[in-house]
Amino acid sequence: MIFENLAEKLQNTFTNLKRRGKLTEKDVELALKEVRLALLEADVNYKVVKTFTEKVRTRAVGEEVLKSLTPAQQVIKIVYDELTALMGGSTAQLDLSHSPSVIMLVGLQGAGKTTTAGKLAKSIKEKGRKPLLVACDIYRPAAIKQLQVVGSQVGVEVFSLEGQKPTTIAQAAYKYSNQNGFDVLIIDTAGRLHIDDELMQELVDLKKILSPQELFFVADAMTGQDAVNVADSFNQRLDITGVILTKLDGDARGGAALSIREVVGKPIKYASFGEKLDSLEPFHPDRMASRILGMGDLGTILEKAQQAIDEKEAAKLVQKLTTDDFNLEDFYDQMQQMKKMGPLNQLLEMVPGMNKLKGQADLGAAEKEMQQIEAIINSMTQKERRQPDIIDASRKRRIACGSGVKVQDVNKLLKQFSETKKLMKQFGGLSGKGKGNRIRMPFFK
Amino acid sequence: MGFFDKLVNGLNKTRNQLVKQIQSVLKGKSLSPELFEELEEILISADIGVGSTMEIIENLKLRCAKEKITSGDEVEEILKDEMAKLLGEKEQLKPAPTTPWVIMVVGVNGVGKTTTIGKLAAKFGEEGKKVILAAGDTFRAAAAEQLEIWAKRSKAQLIRHEEGSDPAAVAYDAVQAAKNRKADILIIDTAGRLHTKTNLMEELKKIRRVISREIENAPQDVLLVLDATTGQNGLNQAKVFKEATEVNGIVLTKLDGTSKGGIVIAIKKELSLPVKLIGVGEGIEDLQEFDPKDFVNALFSK
Repeated sequence: MIFENLAEKLQNTFTNLKRRGKLTEKDVELALKEVRLALLEADVNYKVVKTFTEKVRTRAVGEEVLKSLTPAQQVIKIVYDELTALMGGSTAQLDLSHSPSVIMLVGLQGAGKTTTAGKLAKSIKEKGRKPLLVACDIYRPAAIKQLQVVGSQVGVEVFSLEGQKPTTIAQAAYKYSNQNGFDVLIIDTAGRLHIDDELMQELVDLKKILSPQELFFVADAMTGQDAVNVADSFNQRLDITGVILTKLDGDARGGAALSIREVVGKPIKYASFGEKLDSLEPFHPDRMASRILGMGDLGTILEKAQQAIDEKEAAKLVQKLTTDDFNLEDFYDQMQQMKKMGPLNQLLEMVPGMNKLKGQADLGAAEKEMQQIEAIINSMTQKERRQPDIIDASRKRRIACGSGVKVQDVNKLLKQFSETKKLMKQFGGLSGKGKGNRIRMPFFK
Repeated sequence: MGFFDKLVNGLNKTRNQLVKQIQSVLKGKSLSPELFEELEEILISADIGVGSTMEIIENLKLRCAKEKITSGDEVEEILKDEMAKLLGEKEQLKPAPTTPWVIMVVGVNGVGKTTTIGKLAAKFGEEGKKVILAAGDTFRAAAAEQLEIWAKRSKAQLIRHEEGSDPAAVAYDAVQAAKNRKADILIIDTAGRLHTKTNLMEELKKIRRVISREIENAPQDVLLVLDATTGQNGLNQAKVFKEATEVNGIVLTKLDGTSKGGIVIAIKKELSLPVKLIGVGEGIEDLQEFDPKDFVNALFSK
């Protein structure tokens, strides 16, 4: 993909440019060609690309190349800064000041409205509020059922009425929430085309009845050039309050985010990373900028690591590592914590330069190996895990049988473990004082 | 209404925009670098992609030089021709020589797999075929219910398991049912999945394996459903799904919006995967055969 290599390409463009000094018009011109291509490959709307590259040109020409950077890096920095500035500006604060507060979700078919409704409901419930999901998609077969299932998964009640118009349902839901103490209404609507006048009018009517505090346009991150037309139409009719970007767990660059932000002028408030109902995250403009530029998403990975690793557990572990106490049980715990961060390939995707590796066979192998190690440890008794030294030939055979591996595999694990332990002890004194995120998986170099 | 009219109708918005743009660019103008640049932008805005667009424009320039074309008006025919060339010959979804004809349907989330299957089932039902549907999406909430409603509408039989069960097991049961009940056609729905999720792609492979173990040469068709609003990521999708499940045709849905679905040109060019069907609306009759010539003609017709 062209985009993965933007940095590299710019580097090549500038290979003859060893000197420091100011960026000339010619330097910038060359670089902008690549930037333009990269943005187009990322599905940024071509009109937006045009105005954006103009902006970068004006800023970049004549700019001093910083001492620590190459000219290529300097241009990327400017592009990155401008991208971040463009998409930034507003933080994800839900307006929940009313009672009931009303949140309405709109968008094309298949953008992910129903799943997003479930995710919103979950996060609002966790804030200690009492949300009610309202099923206003009366068109798609089994849409109401889908919301009901999602609702039960997150423990939030779903309001629906068979055979009624969305406006009637909304009114009834409003009444129902008042009578039953719900303080947030989340309205799921049917997916529709922005050029379908009748159905767009239905949304306008719904909005009139509900006067929602938040009206989110749900957009698929994979959307191409048409994203701006769609978002613009929805905004013109409904004056949306923000955008939720979905399916970011794929490998789409998500240029639509930039396009929508630029053309519609409304903030992107949330980013959604998967089908699990807890994967709704506030939108981070800087992370999106590096994603669009193919530079990875280090911010997210660090945060994930911090979330996954329980500080106390980590401190305990550090202590154990430096003494003789570290055993297979601790190792197993450590592995579970690492698993909490998500699948390896998803993590790799966020590391700059690593997305090329993604999908390669050895990644799957690493996960398989982890599974195998897990199986082996699971087949051990508690005593064996705490004192691996007692594992003799007979125990090894039993463990191998129990976990479906060969005795050699058990041997390999035990050997790796004791070597790691030795190594850990040596370095133990150096590893700092109980900083959780310093801990590394001993088995993964 | 004939097929062509339908297509023209369905592509109305697409056509209007693209054609108006192209024609306003070409009308009465002489060939200049600016003109080609404008054409380039129009094609890019149709999601055709930078690579394919460049190729089309380059060929266009070469031919204009060779055929000594100087006015913008004549360029239209050549542009049409170049685009049609990239799309290749018409390739239909053809009934398999042996029964049951097994069709597996795959794609990322929210592209319209289940709806497409519903329309297909209705079409085959009307032709008097005995159709079985397999609810292989055991993951998404209420996916099986959605398919069940379509099955009822088209009088097809439905094989389903509990939510969360193994989709390969559903496929297995469906294949057995199709054999025992002597069905003509078996259509297997699968859960939407992003092509980047390795384990979910493995699951698809397994479903495919189970089917081909039970019926020789099956599934005869594997259709990748692609949303016309999809941008350049569509190429990645097609590539990975093709590798995993031997996709042999694309269903391009949601063409009734303003999206142009131009990514199929890049997909055809890079992966030789043809579009076989298009979705131009929510009605059962809105699933149509795809004809590259008609497609391009519809884009340009006045």
